[in-house]
Amino acid sequence: MSIDETTAARVAKLARIKVEPEALPALAGEFNTILGFIEQLNQVDIAGVEPMTSVTPQVLKRRVDVVTDGDQQDKVLSNAPDAREGFFAVPKVVE
Amino acid sequence: MSKLNELSLSAARDALRAGETTSKELTEACLSAIEGAGALNAFVHHTPELALERAAAADARIAKGDAPGMCGLPIGIKDLFCTKGVPSQAGSRILEGFLPEYESTVSQNLADAGAVMLGKLNMDEFAMGSSNETSTYGNAVNPWRRGNDDAQLTPGGSSGGSASAVAADLCLAATGTDTGGSIRQPAAFTGTVGIKPTYGRCSRWGIVAFASSLDQAGPMTKSVRDAAIMLEAMCGHDPKDSTSADLPVPNFEAALSGDIRGKKIGIPKEYRMDGMPQEIETLWSDGIAMMKDAGAEIVDISLPHTKYALPAYYVIAPAEASSNLARYDGVRYGHRARLDQGDGITEMYEKTRAEGFGDEVKRRVMIGTYVLSAGFYDAYYNRARRVRTLIKKDFEDVFAQGIDAILTPATPSAAFGLGEMTDADPVAMYLNDVFTVTVNLAGLPGIAVPAGLDKQGLPLGLQLIGQPWAEADLLCTAHVLEQAAGFVAKPAKWW
Repeated sequence: MSIDETTAARVAKLARIKVEPEALPALAGEFNTILGFIEQLNQVDIAGVEPMTSVTPQVLKRRVDVVTDGDQQDKVLSNAPDAREGFFAVPKVVE
Repeated sequence: MSKLNELSLSAARDALRAGETTSKELTEACLSAIEGAGALNAFVHHTPELALERAAAADARIAKGDAPGMCGLPIGIKDLFCTKGVPSQAGSRILEGFLPEYESTVSQNLADAGAVMLGKLNMDEFAMGSSNETSTYGNAVNPWRRGNDDAQLTPGGSSGGSASAVAADLCLAATGTDTGGSIRQPAAFTGTVGIKPTYGRCSRWGIVAFASSLDQAGPMTKSVRDAAIMLEAMCGHDPKDSTSADLPVPNFEAALSGDIRGKKIGIPKEYRMDGMPQEIETLWSDGIAMMKDAGAEIVDISLPHTKYALPAYYVIAPAEASSNLARYDGVRYGHRARLDQGDGITEMYEKTRAEGFGDEVKRRVMIGTYVLSAGFYDAYYNRARRVRTLIKKDFEDVFAQGIDAILTPATPSAAFGLGEMTDADPVAMYLNDVFTVTVNLAGLPGIAVPAGLDKQGLPLGLQLIGQPWAEADLLCTAHVLEQAAGFVAKPAKWW
């Protein structure tokens, strides 16, 4: 499978990373090199093999569904590039 | 006694307990070594005041007879660990200015055990790289050189700053993290010891996530004994990480009995790669002979899916990374791009991530996005997870045959020159992890031990792979290998 510039642009869009049009050919080339390497996986017989979900056979621990944390608004906002009146601020979302 | 910063953890610990030195003296020796080592670019955030404060507290504890395992011992912390009030950027521009409000469990465990943090260590951006050349801080530099050639070499990656700092005696030990080989490859490139424990041994809470099903923290040290001491302080169950194992932590140092008689050491034929340098081949044969001389039984084994480990890794790790790194959006922390008139939230995301991430991180996020996208999920991601099941089964099969540990080379070469791989395609760099990445995919413990020098005078390492949760046994075997190899070389100081 070969990735063209249109696909590279679509993937960049999905990943929310701005890529200038002139950078797309090189990017598509790199994708193809990496995907070409990954294609080796097609040689493996995977019939009847389950996809791994957990590398160690463990059951996730449960705990009582109660609030254990909170009331840390200042700390949560302390690293925000733009915080106002107790909220994260972002550019206008709705026209 | 050698210079204080040159001591091993165990020697420094014993000297502290015997009252021959103080944590303050040890810490000051390291701080002055760091000050003189700017050329290595290993420490990227310095915390001397915090260090001296913790050293004073440690000295007070020792005076009261309350000296836990790491009490008073100065160490470096990889930039991937969140440390309260101290910059924690994961080597990325996108986390510029980020000051965590919390402390990672592992660095907290070390602090509780009395360790003194000297500062934060350079690394590849988001731990993605094998040469420390993707860091926003610039390259970390290996203290080792090829004979009298002054070309700068990579300390490996992603824990390159950690490896460089330990090898150059800027600290007694350091933390690292390992997703595909990022502790073991830099350890091998710098003549130091690095262990990646079983997945789940160390809590991942507060460590910036790269690929959550593969990431593990571990110590990078000057000896196997030090690795045992520090690993014990780092690990333990943590309710804040749902994958953290609720198992007792053994006394790893007590396991270093020096006796491996009757142990079965597997030698996997698939690790004998075409085009492997003769020196690596010889190192491996020497290691096999050492194990045999120590009374171990050498068994030829097969791990048939080995060649598919790297391709599977380059689906799974980018897929998880694309998900984990979605959080860097310019809203909650770190860098936000300057916006143009009329830019909305999508432009903010796209510009912020384009400016904040380096090329390798962008590449992996986009590959991960692609393999998870509609129509390709089964063909790439699910296929890779099925192959991962087979890779783990390869190991289970040999352990079921009674194999105690597996001996392999740690890396396919010695440290290479910074910039030497710039023009190579990304896959050529990925091959650095060919011997280490299987261990992450199978969730096993693996340790790199320095075992010799190549003809240019650069260190080479061997890797031992253990059964799940059998770090104590693995460290015992590694200790025997270390003693037999007798690696004592140090880099000549040029920095």
